[in-house]
Amino acid sequence: MIEAHGLIKSFGPRAALDGVDLTVERGECVTVVGPNGAGKTTLLRILATLTRPTSGTVRIGGLDPNRTGSEVRRLIGFLSHRTLLYEDMTAEQNLRFYARMYDLEDGPARVDELLGQVGLADRRHDLVRTFSRGMQQRLAVARALLHRPPLLLLDEPYTGLDPQASRSLTDLLTGLAGEGCTILLTTHDLDQGLAVGQRVVVLARGRVVYDERREAIGAEGFVEMYHRLTG
Amino acid sequence: MRFIRKVFAIVAKDVAAELHTREILSAMLVFSLLALFVFSFALDLRGAMARAAAPGVLWATAAFAGILGLSRSLAREQQTGCIDGLLLAPVDRSAIFFGKALGNLIFMVVIEVALLPLFSALFDVPLLQPEVLAVTALGTVGYAAAGTLLAAIAVNTRAREVMLPVLLLPLAFPALIAAVQATGELLEGSTLADVGGWVRLLVVYDLLILAVSMLTFGYVVEE
Repeated sequence: MIEAHGLIKSFGPRAALDGVDLTVERGECVTVVGPNGAGKTTLLRILATLTRPTSGTVRIGGLDPNRTGSEVRRLIGFLSHRTLLYEDMTAEQNLRFYARMYDLEDGPARVDELLGQVGLADRRHDLVRTFSRGMQQRLAVARALLHRPPLLLLDEPYTGLDPQASRSLTDLLTGLAGEGCTILLTTHDLDQGLAVGQRVVVLARGRVVYDERREAIGAEGFVEMYHRLTG
Repeated sequence: MRFIRKVFAIVAKDVAAELHTREILSAMLVFSLLALFVFSFALDLRGAMARAAAPGVLWATAAFAGILGLSRSLAREQQTGCIDGLLLAPVDRSAIFFGKALGNLIFMVVIEVALLPLFSALFDVPLLQPEVLAVTALGTVGYAAAGTLLAAIAVNTRAREVMLPVLLLPLAFPALIAAVQATGELLEGSTLADVGGWVRLLVVYDLLILAVSMLTFGYVVEE
């Protein structure tokens, strides 16, 4: 589903990514962990077509984002710690707007379905700015899933969520992974990373320094090794 | 057809957000009215003097009121990363530009609709004639288009409120001069044919700005 080879992204003299190779198979759930500044967000933004790499190649679902940007973007659901929601619009207005941007034929019905799924049906006419952080993130999840993307890119989705909201998000992601959705998630929280991912990738100083399936990882040994690898 | 549907979806979204907050229109309207009354009472113009000064005062007021709206319109996209939401959608970048520019144009036109009759009454000049309205429309289209492109650049800078006028006013200079000159001559009794040179300049400016913005907006908002 994702093939990234030799990704380099430089901001002036500083390389945020320094030759990243990453392949994610269809239906896989991969967690990318790493300290702040490791390049996790930059990697996800490149995969989501929001940022162009300085060099290297990316294929999403076998497609080249540089040539078929719109087709690639239809495959991607993107969720980050920023909600990408208009705070001066209602929950329903936000989702209906994005449904129109994705040309959804069943837009209104899909919006109703997702508002129910994320437990915001009774707040549909309320402005997003009146929502708590957890409610905003639930609505952001609905926005990301609106067009039924086969690939989910999640950048620090747990940021600012209370334990209950975090658990709900983990349950939702586990369910989606069970349905065959490909998930690539970044976090700096090792426990969360190990709980969600079938495979764990460690990114440090813009490079992949570790890539292993979860079954092969012992929790205690992993923490020690993580600290050693990330300095 | 899809392209047009998405352009109008963005316009409808901007109008819906504005109907909830009214922050863009109220800021533009309050500024315009204040500027209008200050100029009107400070200059105390009548007759030929009023006709000579009115176009400049009108376009200065519209230009600065426009900056307030343009700046806020793009800042709204930046606030919670909504610009990323737009860029993630399977939509041509130029559709995003046209949607934002059309929304900004609507806000400017709403202010001008309120401003022109008041301006005519206070300065006693016949602004509400089809030729003047046509020149006003042409000038506003170019200004809104250039402003949308430059607001997208300015919104990513630290001093965005300062940066937008610094970038926009020099770029909009040809359109503002043409609009002021054409309006002035029309108020002196010239016909649209008499001011054909200024009108042609406005049309060419609008087309050029729209074409350049359409081609470059994607690069401006992506990085």
